[in-house]
Formats: sequence, structure tokens, C-alpha cells
Amino acid sequence: MAQAGRYTGAGWVEVHPRLVRITHWVNVLCIVIMVMSGWRIYDASPLFNFEFPKSITMGAGLAGALLWHFAAMWLLAANALVYLCYGIASGHFRRKLFPVTPRAVMRDVLGALRGRLAHQDLSVYNAAQRAAYLAIIACIIVLIASGLSIWKPVQLQELTAFFGGYEAARRVHFFAMALLVFIVMVHVFMVAIVPRTFATMISGRARRFE
Amino acid sequence: MRHKPPVDLSAQPKKLIERVERRLFLKRGLSLGALALLSGCEMTEDETVQRVLRSISEWNDGAQALLFSPTKLAPEYPESAITRPFPFNAYYGEDEVREVDGNAFRLELAGMIRDKKPWTLPELYALPQTSQVTRHICVEGWSAIGKWGGVRFSTFLERIGADTTAKYVGFKCADDYYTSIDMPTALHPQTLLTFTFADQLLPPQYGFPMKLRMPTKLGYKNPKHIMAIYVTNIFPSGYWEDQEGYKWFGGS
Repeated sequence: MAQAGRYTGAGWVEVHPRLVRITHWVNVLCIVIMVMSGWRIYDASPLFNFEFPKSITMGAGLAGALLWHFAAMWLLAANALVYLCYGIASGHFRRKLFPVTPRAVMRDVLGALRGRLAHQDLSVYNAAQRAAYLAIIACIIVLIASGLSIWKPVQLQELTAFFGGYEAARRVHFFAMALLVFIVMVHVFMVAIVPRTFATMISGRARRFE
Repeated sequence: MRHKPPVDLSAQPKKLIERVERRLFLKRGLSLGALALLSGCEMTEDETVQRVLRSISEWNDGAQALLFSPTKLAPEYPESAITRPFPFNAYYGEDEVREVDGNAFRLELAGMIRDKKPWTLPELYALPQTSQVTRHICVEGWSAIGKWGGVRFSTFLERIGADTTAKYVGFKCADDYYTSIDMPTALHPQTLLTFTFADQLLPPQYGFPMKLRMPTKLGYKNPKHIMAIYVTNIFPSGYWEDQEGYKWFGGS
């Protein structure tokens, strides 16, 4: 198979295009703000029998948290839109995230759990990575849609009804957050195991895999 | 030794001050950085950050007003969906609910209104009545379904000759609560001046003698124990907006 990354000379390949790197880090900022302020908003009226410790939430009280949440949502949505349009139009998704089959995902997830997952060539995602990144994209789409349903249950009531009404949309919003946080934790853990992937998401380049 | 030119003495302290200022600046810069490292929270409470957030919030109010449709109706529910007991909510406890004397009550009108004659409760009850079973959504996230009955607010505004080209309608309440709404929401067909809850005379904890019910707005925008209504072009704000910084529009 041909190298997925673009050759940039002197044994380096471009793994992550500039736009992917920018949207990735803007997304990190947005997700941190949205999740931490969201936890404070959750605490104002907990859905379940627990609260998030105030020390890991963001915003002074409910009103302060709402200010953060409703400010960062615009950046999150705009950034997601740019990323999705780019990913589809440029063929980035098609090249890097597909194909992904359940069988391959199972194989690579099991391989990762046994600590035997090859990730030498940073320009090619294994099936476990593809599934994780697609799941993050799906989570964020669901979070934005369910968030809009909670924010505007009258003006956007068709969307709210799609999630099964206001109270159901709140729960969808919560569980999509929980899944996203879980995947992000695994993602950060994997980066810690293969630290050169961190530098690659900043510089965009990786040593060519021979 | 060369002859020294006369020294401008005033330049000396200036230099000294500059040096001290520079040192102070560096010191402050360092402590600011340390502060930011110490805790993200402290940085987020920074005055500049808060100012930016507040201006985005104002912009959000504008976006909400744009999203508001004067004809789109909030979903209505069957009576079987009513939440019982319907939660009590106010800025004070349930044992501090204000009791208003219905016999002595007069609804005061002010501002851009043609006929400012005060209204008694029997006069208000004689207006055409309607009811709705809608979802009350609190800014905290919880929601509850209730049934409210009363007169369409647009009918009442028309009856008193309110200038509906004005921007705001403001409310003053017996419990010292106050709030205000935009005119398009005031004229929305589901915005009711209500006197009953679940077909019973509005009990004190739900806002006797009257509550403005708007299923298109969050709970804190729905004033209870209304004593005075005024129409104005001067932004009147609201209790939670001033106390906590909740959004003024508060639309659903």
C-alpha cells in the first residue's frame, strides 16, 4: 500500500495536515471548557445520585458555568464544521479513517490490550484508532445536537423530539459526554505510551517508516 | 579628566523610577504567571476574561432573539403528564412565601400604556380565559409539566392600550422579585397572564394572585405575585440577571 502521508523530504513525511492540527488543538480547548463547565451545570440539578467535585468544574456558580458553556459552544461548533467540511471535501476521512470493519477493530483493540499493537507508521491509523476517532466525531455531533435540543426545546422542538423529548435529550447529552471523556482518556493514555505522536500533532511530521 | 557636562538632575530620578517600574513589572508578570499556573480557576475569574464572556453572553441574547419565532408553539401535553406535586421554586424557601390580600389587590400599570387604571382581580377574571399544559424548564436543568389558566397576555396588552412597538414589558412582584421580557415574547400566543394552576385558584407558592406563564422562556423569566406591569423602551433587566448574571433573554 502506498504511504498515506505526504513526503516532505529528508526522511520525513507529513502525517497530519495543518488544518487537522489546528482544529485538533482548538477542539481540545473547546472540549475542556465544555466538559468542565458542563459538569458545573450538571451539579445545579444532578440527573443521577452523584455530583462532580467543584474543584474539577469550571465557572463561578451555575451562571458563570453557563457563560463559559454558551461561549465555547460557538467555537466548538464552528471548529467541528470546518473540520468535517475539510475531512469530507479533501478525502482526508476516506483516506485515513476508512475502511474500518468490526473484525479489524476487534483484532486491534485486543492487540492493544495485550500490548501488541504495531503503531510504527504514524501516517496510517490502525483499526482501533479509526474506530476511536470516528466515535469521537460521532460523540461531538450527538453532543452538539442534543445540546441544541436542551438549549432550544421550543424553537428547535423537532430536534428535541428526535431525541425523545427534553428530559431524554438531557440524558443523551450526559451519556455522549461520558463516552467522549472515556475515549479521550484512552486517547491521552495511548499518546503517553507512544509520546512521539504528541510532537507529530504539533509539527505534523514524522520520520518516514521504511 | 574630561570636563563633565552639567547633569540634568531631573533625569536621574526618572531613570531610577523607570528601573524600579521595570522591576515591578517583571515581578508582577511573574506572579501573574504563577497565579495562572497555580489554578485555572483564578485565571478564569480574571476581570478581562469575565468581560469577554459577558459580551459573548449579550451576543447570545441577540442570537436567541433571532431564533425566537413569534408563531412557533411550545409542545402541549395531556393532563395525565402533569408533574405532581409541582416543584416550588423561588429565591427564598417555601415557608417565606408572600401572602397577597386578594380583596385589597390592585394591579398597577405604568409606562407606555394608554389606560393605566388599576385592575381588581374580579375584573381580570372576567377577561376571556384559556389554559395550557406545558413544560416549565428551569435554568438549572430540571423540568416539570404544569397546567396554567388565564388570559392571553396579548389580549390584556391590547385591552389596556399598551404600545406594542415598545421594546420591553417589565414586572414588579410582591416578593421583591422583578423581571422583564421582550415585546415579541409578550405577544406570543402561549404567553398567558395566569390566575389558576391545575384548575384551582393559583396557590400562594405558585404565585397568587397571578403569574406570567411563558413556555417559550426559562422558569426564572416567569414572574409570580405580579403587582405592577409596565411597558418601556429602557432596559429594565431582572432579579437573577442582576444577582447572578443569568442571561436576560432566557428563551427556550
